[in-house]
Amino acid sequence: MVEALFWPAVLGYGEAAFAYGSARTSRLATWGVRLGWLAQTAMLALQATRADGFPWTSWSGSLNLFVWLVVSAYLIWGCRPRFRLLGLGVMPLAAVLFVVARLGGGTGSRESQMHYGSAFLVVHVGSVLAAFAGFTLAAGLAGVYLWQERRLKRRDAGILRRRVPPLASLERLASRTIVVSLVLLTLGLVVGIARLRDGDHHLDALEAVTVLTWVVYSAYVVARPSGRRAAYLALGGFALVILVRLALAGGHFA
Amino acid sequence: MKLALVGISHHVAPVELRERVAFELGEAAALAGTLGEAVCLSTCNRTELYLAGDADEPALAALEERAGRSLDGLAYRLHDDAAALHLFRVAAGLDSLVPGEGEILGQVRSAFEAVEPGPLLDHVFRQALAVGKRVRAETAIGESPASVSSAAAALAAQVFGDLAGRRVLLIGAGRIGELAAANLASRGAVIAAVANRTAEHAQALARRFSGTAVPLEEVPARLADVDVVVSSTSAPEPVLRAADVPSRRRRPLFFIDIAVPRDLDPTIHELEGCFLYDIDDLEAVVAETLAGRRAEAERAEQLVAEEVERFRSWQASLDVVPAIASLRARAEEIRSAELAKLRGRLSEDERRTVESVTAQMLNKLLHLPTVRMKRAAVTADGAAYVDVVRDLFGLEDEL
Repeated sequence: MVEALFWPAVLGYGEAAFAYGSARTSRLATWGVRLGWLAQTAMLALQATRADGFPWTSWSGSLNLFVWLVVSAYLIWGCRPRFRLLGLGVMPLAAVLFVVARLGGGTGSRESQMHYGSAFLVVHVGSVLAAFAGFTLAAGLAGVYLWQERRLKRRDAGILRRRVPPLASLERLASRTIVVSLVLLTLGLVVGIARLRDGDHHLDALEAVTVLTWVVYSAYVVARPSGRRAAYLALGGFALVILVRLALAGGHFA
Repeated sequence: MKLALVGISHHVAPVELRERVAFELGEAAALAGTLGEAVCLSTCNRTELYLAGDADEPALAALEERAGRSLDGLAYRLHDDAAALHLFRVAAGLDSLVPGEGEILGQVRSAFEAVEPGPLLDHVFRQALAVGKRVRAETAIGESPASVSSAAAALAAQVFGDLAGRRVLLIGAGRIGELAAANLASRGAVIAAVANRTAEHAQALARRFSGTAVPLEEVPARLADVDVVVSSTSAPEPVLRAADVPSRRRRPLFFIDIAVPRDLDPTIHELEGCFLYDIDDLEAVVAETLAGRRAEAERAEQLVAEEVERFRSWQASLDVVPAIASLRARAEEIRSAELAKLRGRLSEDERRTVESVTAQMLNKLLHLPTVRMKRAAVTADGAAYVDVVRDLFGLEDEL
């Protein structure tokens, strides 16, 4: 049953990834996101009820939860017509990561193998993944900002035919999302580091890059850049998030 | 009930004729009152009389009297579906010079509310207002700007979002600049300063927008505390060079140059945080949005056609209403007569029960024929149905 819910979810996300490409089908895309999100929510709920403790401790399991958080964050704004273009960046990524999570076995209902208590995992994994989801959304907003700014600079005659949120709104939303996400990342890191101090553990590559990510976003919040610089910095931080999520699986989840 | 329309519009009549046949709202209502059940819609692009009934000659005569000439070949006369279609297209902005313009819907509403129409015009005008709203809600026909000044304001909103409180510097006190400033002000922007070579003109315009008049030489100094600059002088040389623009990395600055020759140094656009649109850029944006409106107009026409179909069904259903009413009256008459025969033979409770049961039986019995007659009314068999019902129930006298 849990595995079966993967298909409606991935179909919804996949449909959205393509349908956002055209203004005429973008409303259909939003419905794809909604239905896919409902299916994935049901999947996660089933996983949670069947697991003995926190169910998303594996790399692929946490990726599954990450995708859900990204789509949830997107749904906050993505249903508004002007923000639909954001889906063109977010939904293909969500669909691909969701497939990767399945290939890694993160969408099944196997028993979780916990080395840590559930409370620690909920706070640590939950906070870090929610922060990464926020950074993903901020990167999407930054991407739309750069695209819109480029259209204004090129004096694109069709700029009013396909409207996206104004530059000021995109910048403000990205900045707020990063501030909230940074708080969550800080919480997750503090909890993780506190746990590390209890045992004999050295910083692994994933942890090191996560700390670097925290540094980049902290610099964003402190320096408060604006315009293109802010957008590039948000995208740079997001590159580290992708590195952490995809390239540095390593032994952190073992 | 028949619907008729007599009118002239920008499609067939030149402005010299349209202005002679134009009516103020009060005059239009008075004219409608002289024509029986009528509504007079008079705007700068059209004067149209909508009438309940076939007789449109008096309406045409009224327009010709106002025009002081014959309107042969200029006035259009439409009836029933065609008249409804025309009104729905007008309300939707599809018959306007600029497709989808929004002002016409308010004008249709005013014309309708200025009179006390009967059931036919009340229905068709309410439906027209609903069509106008529906077209604007379900298509993007009215979303894009249709003029250079509104395009300038819409572009500024693409940068800043809500323009409320954004500060505007107006360079030049000409008519085009004033229009652009009025458009920005209508979106909540503040016209902070007006710079002009002639101080009196600057002061007059500044007063209108509650701003400050400043000399042209002060323009560079004023750039630090404004968000939008609108320039429309007739100066032969640029009035602002890129070197005079302060760094705007943290706060964008939007320039609108509607002067020919251009007032603003084109390289301003290359500065970070600065966006400069000249008259050609704005006209290209307007042309593109008008093309978009025309594309949306095709979708709007489909919606209007659906609504005309609904009007046709409603109008056809009116033809069977007298027959249905007679049928129900005849049935009720029989029921009352039979109940009267029982008077004195039943207790109060029994009488109430019998009345209730017979009323329910009657309603159930007549429900299906009523529904089927209304359904048949919109088909070719409608008249035959009415004839059969009339014959079967002996309703000849009532009809």
